[in-house]
Amino acid sequence: MTIWNKKDETLDKTELQKLQSSRLIKLADKLYKTVSFYKNKMDELGIKPSDIKDISDISKLPFTTKDDMRETYPLGLLAVDRSDIVEIHTSSGTTGKPVVDAYTQGDIDLWSEVMARTLSMGDIGPSDTVQNAYGYGLFTGGLGVHYGTRKIGANIIPISGGNTKRQLSVMQDFETTALTCTPSYCLYLAEIGKEMGIDFKKTTVKVGFFGAEPWSESMRTEIEEKLSLKALDIYGLTEIIGPGVASECLEQNGLHIFEDHFYPEIIDPETGEQLPDGEKGELVITTLTKEGTPIIRYRTRDITYLETTKCPCGRTHRRMHRLLGRTDDMLIIRGVNVFPSQIEHVLFKVKGVEPHYQLVVDRKNQLDFLEVQVEINERIFSDEIKKLESIEKTIEHDLYTSLGIHTKVKLVEPKSIQRSEGKAKRVIDKRKI
Amino acid sequence: MKIKQISVFIENKEGRLYEVSKTLTDNNINLRALSLAETSDFGILRLIVDKPDEALQILKSNDFTVGLTNVVAVEVPDQTGGLASVLAIMEKADINVEYMYAFVEKSSNNAVLIFRFDNLEEVLHTLQEKGLKMLSEDEVVSL
Repeated sequence: MTIWNKKDETLDKTELQKLQSSRLIKLADKLYKTVSFYKNKMDELGIKPSDIKDISDISKLPFTTKDDMRETYPLGLLAVDRSDIVEIHTSSGTTGKPVVDAYTQGDIDLWSEVMARTLSMGDIGPSDTVQNAYGYGLFTGGLGVHYGTRKIGANIIPISGGNTKRQLSVMQDFETTALTCTPSYCLYLAEIGKEMGIDFKKTTVKVGFFGAEPWSESMRTEIEEKLSLKALDIYGLTEIIGPGVASECLEQNGLHIFEDHFYPEIIDPETGEQLPDGEKGELVITTLTKEGTPIIRYRTRDITYLETTKCPCGRTHRRMHRLLGRTDDMLIIRGVNVFPSQIEHVLFKVKGVEPHYQLVVDRKNQLDFLEVQVEINERIFSDEIKKLESIEKTIEHDLYTSLGIHTKVKLVEPKSIQRSEGKAKRVIDKRKI
Repeated sequence: MKIKQISVFIENKEGRLYEVSKTLTDNNINLRALSLAETSDFGILRLIVDKPDEALQILKSNDFTVGLTNVVAVEVPDQTGGLASVLAIMEKADINVEYMYAFVEKSSNNAVLIFRFDNLEEVLHTLQEKGLKMLSEDEVVSL
């Protein structure tokens, strides 16, 4: 198994911290001088670049939030001359103004490097064929994977998202060995593939890189069984660089964060206090080496914790546990915090239940109600009402015992829950609070 | 003397029942009998049709969730007490009925009772012993 950048990915802790420290010192100095947004924030906190002497001083620096990035739209966070920008990506902006990532040539090189590291984690080499079903365009997923694949020298099929039947024929015709898409789309591919009579045991796909939405360990098992491949979790976000912030290796025990470039912290989302490694909280990332739009202490809203135990793959970078949810898709049902991924996990344990579900939250008489819509399938269907009702009751009971919330489980017809070709829409919140 | 019954999962949504019947009509499947059981969330449509295996495939390929169950068709005279006499026999033999429905034959003075039992083989044996007239698949189709 190859490590793409053996030198930087296996640095010992002291050397890594030395590198991070020197990079942070340079970054603070540069941003103070070039980006008025950061100068103002640092002035407000009474911090001068000279106060940053070591990576541990990072907690003195201000946070950057999604709102900050929207308020500075389009190019308020630019740290270089506009002529140095060679490519721009933005988020979809479905919930407000989009977030902008402006790349210099150096940033594109960095992106290619970290994506080459990512793909190497799944043992992808020059003789492999990567079918990239992430969307090409302003979305970072498509081109991020593209650049990494080109860097490795593997064959890229830039098929982009959607067109499911074509995806499946291309996969067979060109003997794809690696698949990249969202985990929900991957299961959709499996479903359509089954209808088309494809035996995934006979296809050449050996590994898949799945990200851009939270998924669970049980969903991984489902994907690996249905598509007969090794499913790796990857992590990234437009605010930082796109995909290529962190990735699992074949050990599948957490996502190595490329922390020589993207420095991770875990904080208490309420107080903003830094938490020690191993404690669960909000992930905060600083781009140590990005040139175009460097970001200090970006609050990702993603909940995870950092693992420091030695990974058998030899890489020394700390690993983040697969996402436990987001601070902003966390549902609060009658005072209980619930992540859709937890509900998914419970559903997977019920024999015969498929991972197609939707959560509808509503408020009646000041009380929250959570309806869990689960698609029926032939394995659980019965001609007797009492048997179907008992499945609903079983799921309700299991949700109560593991999450402590009362839910109403409703069986619905197959395919009645929208299958998006991108991110699955899991939650419909009808509450007017 | 078992006959095949098709069951279909139907969400409580406008038009779903129509869509099942239209799918069957379009494919020339004739209904012999049906019953609909429902809760506040969903319904289960149970059908006796002339071509059960074909109907099952057609419904499946139209994305309906379907099941195939064996049931028993008992023929009784279409007169007062017809059902009660059969139920009395079952009551005595301690047979538990999961559900049942009935229809009247158009070509005779008989009615047909469709029964669903959990322990079908055992029950069949008892009913035969008691001399009840049970119809075969072909008989039901040709009614």
